Amino acid sequence: MKFGTEIVVLGFFAFAALVAAGFGVDGPFRQHMWVLFFALTGFTAILMRNTELKPVAPVDPSAYMDGPIRYGAVATMFWGVVGMLVGVVIALQLAYPDLNIQPWFNFGRLRPLHTSGVVFAFGGNALLCTSLYVVQRTCRARLFGGDLAWFVFWGYQLFIVMAATGYLLGITESREYAEPEWYVDLWLTIVWVAYLILFLGTILKRKEPHIYVANWFYLSFIVTIAMLHVVNNLSMPVSFLGSKSYSAFSGVQDALTQWWYGHNAVGFFLTAGFLGMMYYFVPKQANRPVYSYRLSIIHFWALIFLYIWAGPHHLHYTALPDWAQTLGMVFSIMLWMPSWGGMINGLMTLSGAWDKIRTDPIIRMMVAAIAFYGMSTFEGPVMAIKAVNSLSHYTDWTIGHVHSGALGWVGMISFGAIYYMVPKLWNRERLYSLRLVTWHFWLATLGIVVYAAAMWVSGIMQGLMWREYDEQGLLVYSFAETVAAMHPYYVMRAIGGAMYLSGALIMAWNIAMTILGYRREEQPMPGSVAGLRVARSGARR
Amino acid sequence: MRLIDRHAIIEKNATLLLVGSLLVVTVGGIVEIAPLFYLDNTIEKVDGMRPYSPLELVGRNIYVREGCYLCHSQMIRPFRDEVERYGHYSLAAESMYDHPFQWGSKRTGPDLARVGDRYSNAWHVAHLSDPRSVVPESIMPSYGFLKDTPIEVKDFSTNLVANRRVGVPYDDDMIAHANADLMAQADPNADPTGLEARYPKAKIGDFDNNPRQVTEMDALVAYLQMLGTLVDYKNYKETTGYR
Repeated sequence: MKFGTEIVVLGFFAFAALVAAGFGVDGPFRQHMWVLFFALTGFTAILMRNTELKPVAPVDPSAYMDGPIRYGAVATMFWGVVGMLVGVVIALQLAYPDLNIQPWFNFGRLRPLHTSGVVFAFGGNALLCTSLYVVQRTCRARLFGGDLAWFVFWGYQLFIVMAATGYLLGITESREYAEPEWYVDLWLTIVWVAYLILFLGTILKRKEPHIYVANWFYLSFIVTIAMLHVVNNLSMPVSFLGSKSYSAFSGVQDALTQWWYGHNAVGFFLTAGFLGMMYYFVPKQANRPVYSYRLSIIHFWALIFLYIWAGPHHLHYTALPDWAQTLGMVFSIMLWMPSWGGMINGLMTLSGAWDKIRTDPIIRMMVAAIAFYGMSTFEGPVMAIKAVNSLSHYTDWTIGHVHSGALGWVGMISFGAIYYMVPKLWNRERLYSLRLVTWHFWLATLGIVVYAAAMWVSGIMQGLMWREYDEQGLLVYSFAETVAAMHPYYVMRAIGGAMYLSGALIMAWNIAMTILGYRREEQPMPGSVAGLRVARSGARR
Repeated sequence: MRLIDRHAIIEKNATLLLVGSLLVVTVGGIVEIAPLFYLDNTIEKVDGMRPYSPLELVGRNIYVREGCYLCHSQMIRPFRDEVERYGHYSLAAESMYDHPFQWGSKRTGPDLARVGDRYSNAWHVAHLSDPRSVVPESIMPSYGFLKDTPIEVKDFSTNLVANRRVGVPYDDDMIAHANADLMAQADPNADPTGLEARYPKAKIGDFDNNPRQVTEMDALVAYLQMLGTLVDYKNYKETTGYR
C-alpha cells in the first residue's frame, strides 16, 4: 500500500503537536504548535487522498530519481520570490517606517524572515535539488535510500515553514542566520543527517571510478554545515514544552561561536555549495571541460581550510581578544587566493566558447555570477582589514557587500542552473523563452548595481559622519542626523531590490510556462546558430 | 608519483574525502574558539557584574524576541568618537552573563551598551510607543503593544534554572524568590530589601506608569535602564583594572 506508514507516522505527530499546543508553557510556543498541527494535518490529508491500495509498481533501479528534484526546482522559485519580496518590504520599511505593522510585521521580526528566506529557503532548495541532480548524473547512479530523498525534501520544507512562522511569532535565538529555536534546530539536524546519508550513499554506489569535483564541494558543504549547525545551536531549553532556550555559551565565547558559524554559513552554504553548482552547470551549458583539474584540487582544499578561520573579522575591535581578531584578518586576506582560484577555474572554462556570452543568455547569467563572485571575494578581504573595518563595520557597506555576493553570485548561478535543469527535468526541447532570460539578466544586473552603489555611498557616508569632528574637537553629527541622511539611499536600495525581484518574477513566469509545455514564438537570439543558418540560406538563394 | 597525482586516491574513496574534508574544516575552529574557554585573560575580572534580575531578564528576552539586535549594537569599540558618543568602550566581562550575546552587527540605530540612566523611564515608554514623537528622524518601528501585554509567566524560576545550567551563578535564594522579585521590581511600594541584596543597583519602579499590571513595557524599560550601569567607571583604570 502506498503511503500507509507515512500516514500513520504523520498523523501521530500531528496529534502530538495538538497536545503540545494545549500544554505549552508560553504563548508563542502554543501558537507555533498550532501551526505545526495544521501543517502536518494538511499533509496527512493530502497523502490520504493520494493513497492507493493496490501494490505499488517496482521502480526501475537504473533510472534517475528526478521527482524530488522537480519539486525542489519549483520550491526554489517559490521561496526565492517570497524571500526577495520580504526583502523589498523591509527595505521600504527602512525608508518609510510607517510600513511597520506591530507586532508581527515589524522590521525586527521580518528581517530574519528575509535572510532565512533567501539563504535557507531559496538557496537551500537550490542546493538540495541541484546537488541531487548532479550527484546522480556524475555518479551514474540512482539516489540512495528509496524514498529518503522525499523525506529530505519535505522535511526541509517543514523546517522552512516552522522557522518562518516562528520569526513572525517572535520565536528566535537571536543568532544571525541561525535564529530558529531549539526544537526546530533539532528537526533540521535530523533532516540534515538524512541529506548527508542520501548524498554520501549515492556517491558510494557510483558507477564512475572518480568522484566528480562538483561533488567534493557539495559533500564538504553538507558535512561542514552539519558541524556548524550543531555546535552553534547548543542551548538549554527552559522547558520541553516551551519555545525559549538559553545559549550554552555567553559573551565573548558566544560571539565567536556565532560568527564562526555565521561566516561559514557564507563560506560553505553560500560558497562551497554553489561552487559545486558552478562546476557542473557551467561546463554543461558551455559544452566545455573544466579549465584546470589541478587548480580545482588546490582551490578546493585551500578554500575549505582557510574559510573556517575568517569568522573573527566580524568582531574587529570588540571585546574579542586581539590575537583572535588578527588571526581572522590574516586568514580572510589569504582567502582571497582560493576564492579567485575558483573564479578563474569557472571563467576560463569558457575558453574557446566566449562567443556564447553574446548568444546564450544562460551562459551570460553564469558568467555574471562568477564575475560577481570574484568582486565580492575581493571586497570581503578588503573589509576584513582592521583599518577598513573600523569604518565599514556597523554600516550599510556590509549590507551592500553581502548583497553583491548573494544577489550576484548565489542568485545568478542558481538562476542559471534552474534555467538549465528545468527543460531537461520536464523533457522540454527548450525554455519557453530565451528573450525573457535576457530581460531577467538585465533587470537583475542593473538591480544589483543600483543596490550595491546605494549601500556603498550610504555605508561609507554614515561611517564618516559618525567620526566627523569639527575644529573645536567636537562630534559634528548626532546619531539621528546620520539616520536622516540615509533616506535617499534607502529609497534607491528598495528600487534596486524591486528590479531584482521583478527579474525573478519574469523567471518564475518563464519557468512555469516551460513546465506547462508552452514555447514562445520569438526571434532567435542574434548571432545564435539558428540565426546564422537563416542568413546563410538567404545568401545562397 | 607526484603529490597532485595522489589526489586520485581521495577522489576514488568517498569515506576518505568525507573524513579528510571534515578534519580540514575543524582546525580553524579548534585553534580560534577553544582557547577562549580556558585563557584567563579572555575575560578580565571587573567588579560590579551580577546576573540579570528576573524582570531585567524578561526584558532582555523581549529585546531578543523583537530583534532589537538587528539594528542596535551593544559593543562600544575603543575609538575616540565611539567613546565620546556612547561612553567607555565595552569590556568582555560586561557580557559574561549574556546567553546569548547581544553585541549586534549593524547600527541602523545607536549603540545601546550604556543606554541605562541616559533617559527617563517616561522617555523610553514614549519612544518605544511612538519613536517619531520624541526623535523625528527615527525610522524605528513602534512597540506600543508592549504596554498592553501583561507578562505571561507561570513560574519564572525555570528561566533562572536554565541559565544556571549554562553557567550563570544564580543561587538557590535567587531561584526561590524569582517570581516575587519579578513583581517587586516593578512595584515602588514593595519592600526592596531582598531584591536589592540579591541584585545590587537594580532599578526599581513602575516603569510604564501603569500600577495595575506588570507589562512587557515594564520589563523592557527595566532592562534598557540597567544596560552598562553595573561597572563603576569612575573608579576604573584601563591599565590596572580598579585603582
